[in-house]
Amino acid sequence: MSTVLAPNPQADPMVPVLARITRRIEEVPDVVTFEMEAPDWNGFAPGQFNMLGVFGVGEIPISISGPASEPDRLVHTIRAVGPVSRALAGLAEGAALGLRGPFGNEWPVETARGRDVVVIAGGLGLAPVRPVLYHLLENRNDFNKVILLYGARRPEEMLFTGELSAWRARFDIEVAVTVDHAAIGWHGHVGVVTSLLRNVGFDPASTSAFVCGPEIMMRFAARALVDAGVAPGEIWMSMERNMHCAIGLCGHCQLGPVFICRDGPIFDWARLKPLMMQEEL
Amino acid sequence: MADAATPVVIEASALDQLISILKSKGFEVLGPVRRDGAIIHDHVESSADLPRGWVDAQSGGRYRLHQEGDAYFGYTVGPSSWKRLLHPPEQPLWRCGTRDGEIRIDAAPVDETRHALLGVRPCELAAIAMQDKVFLDGPYRDPHYAARREGLFIVAVNCSRSAETCFCTSMGTGPKARECYDITLTEFSDGRFLANAGSTEGTEILGALSGRPADAADVDAAEAATDAAARQITRRLETRGLPEILKTSPEHPRWDEVAARCLGCANCTMVCPTCFCTDVEEINDLASGDSARVQRWASCFTADFTYLHGGGAVRESSRSRYRQWMTHKLATWHDQFGTSGCVGCGRCITWCPVGIDITEEAAAIRGSTEGG
Repeated sequence: MSTVLAPNPQADPMVPVLARITRRIEEVPDVVTFEMEAPDWNGFAPGQFNMLGVFGVGEIPISISGPASEPDRLVHTIRAVGPVSRALAGLAEGAALGLRGPFGNEWPVETARGRDVVVIAGGLGLAPVRPVLYHLLENRNDFNKVILLYGARRPEEMLFTGELSAWRARFDIEVAVTVDHAAIGWHGHVGVVTSLLRNVGFDPASTSAFVCGPEIMMRFAARALVDAGVAPGEIWMSMERNMHCAIGLCGHCQLGPVFICRDGPIFDWARLKPLMMQEEL
Repeated sequence: MADAATPVVIEASALDQLISILKSKGFEVLGPVRRDGAIIHDHVESSADLPRGWVDAQSGGRYRLHQEGDAYFGYTVGPSSWKRLLHPPEQPLWRCGTRDGEIRIDAAPVDETRHALLGVRPCELAAIAMQDKVFLDGPYRDPHYAARREGLFIVAVNCSRSAETCFCTSMGTGPKARECYDITLTEFSDGRFLANAGSTEGTEILGALSGRPADAADVDAAEAATDAAARQITRRLETRGLPEILKTSPEHPRWDEVAARCLGCANCTMVCPTCFCTDVEEINDLASGDSARVQRWASCFTADFTYLHGGGAVRESSRSRYRQWMTHKLATWHDQFGTSGCVGCGRCITWCPVGIDITEEAAAIRGSTEGG
């Protein structure tokens, strides 16, 4: 069982440690996965994130995408979209970077014990839920059905395709994937990720859902899950906001009564719905 | 020499004694000084540095000083709050560079100077207590704030006068100090002060000042002075039920109305003694190749405050930014820190270039909500 790591009150939480990239994997265009080593790294809980910084450029929150059961392996998957993420994604094996963390809460896997678990991921959202998928599969007997629904914009943007194939070959996890825009050679499902819900069977009264992706996709996923009969309090999603500190002090990630970094990033839909349905909150 | 628990009456000359005792104990003494047409906080060497005889006239978008009477603390609050010291506009966090082929990260040292603050208003004590909750009581502490805060010695001065923009009585923060001070002073019109100690260190220092034990008449006179300041306050902010009213009125047309006036200049957040938001910025030294990270005051009124890749700013409109600021201050602050985030100092009203008045905006939303 993983637990959220308590902050060290002695250390200055804004000062990073020096981490190094030990392995660099090009996933798809503009997306890389780093395996890293960092001094005093004691592991994390699925759902937590680190602040990764490129010296001279800046620092951004990046979720941890590796297995929590291997505390020595620190894995991050990064899409190059802004100045900092581009600089990060451009780092080579052996390069040094700044690391603070882990921060934030965890996917509530304990509350899902004995229940069906539906994981819905959109685009790069597969990275933050990958640790929870590892956890579900490593502790497979603790859960009833395990279902992964994954949507990407295009077939060539699908992440972790090797692992997806391996999981599809297993009989203890149901995996369905879809793309928004098909290409020649794509024989799979086309459409938004929520359309996959119709094709899978789960007991809505005993289902926990873990959702991560673009905000609009998470809103539609929550609506579809509620329509299917899943309780709003059992639908969990990981939120993204601008963050500068990750420790609840800079104010950037405020969403109504919560700070995403300090109180989240994972919240249930019962709590999030009134906040997410309000534009520009 | 007075008994520790008894209030003391001191002459104005004891202010110099107080300042020199504080200096001899190693404190750097900061207090009110008149500069560039405003009362701000800076080093004070003696009572001669204090803005004696200067008072302020404030209203929406307006602040002027003029000479009136000879009180040392006749002014109310200026544009600077003590936030500038405790949570400064720019705080270095760390520096990084290559030394002998190795990358080194050096944390910025905390400021261990012991500061004595002279002339802290009751509303400002409340603001310090609110920032304490933010920076010291959460899951993570700000070590720079903590270091400055721990060494602090506070000489509060109760208000004998209030400005047109003050509304501390609505927020329960003034005009009389109740907590969070080492010594509190009330200035009488004859130039003497009633002094109370609020801590062991305060008692010790007060005991070293020349004065006499206060009698009941002195205590009553001090009470009358703060009562007079309270009576001068005409501005009201009705807080009853306000958090719920604001949180349930995100689509109120008043937000559009105030957005049409708001310039998004962020002045209100800069002068607010409780606003705590910051950016973390990277600074590069081209000569050495070192990089450093600094924390700077930020404002929820700017476009990049909520910027997200792909989607742009979460709060794109002025309407949503003003709504965020005011709703945070008066409503969601309660959810996060258990109190209001407003102390009623009125700075946001005075320093708003178009005179937007938080009490008026809150009343407008309450009025039409309650009125149906």
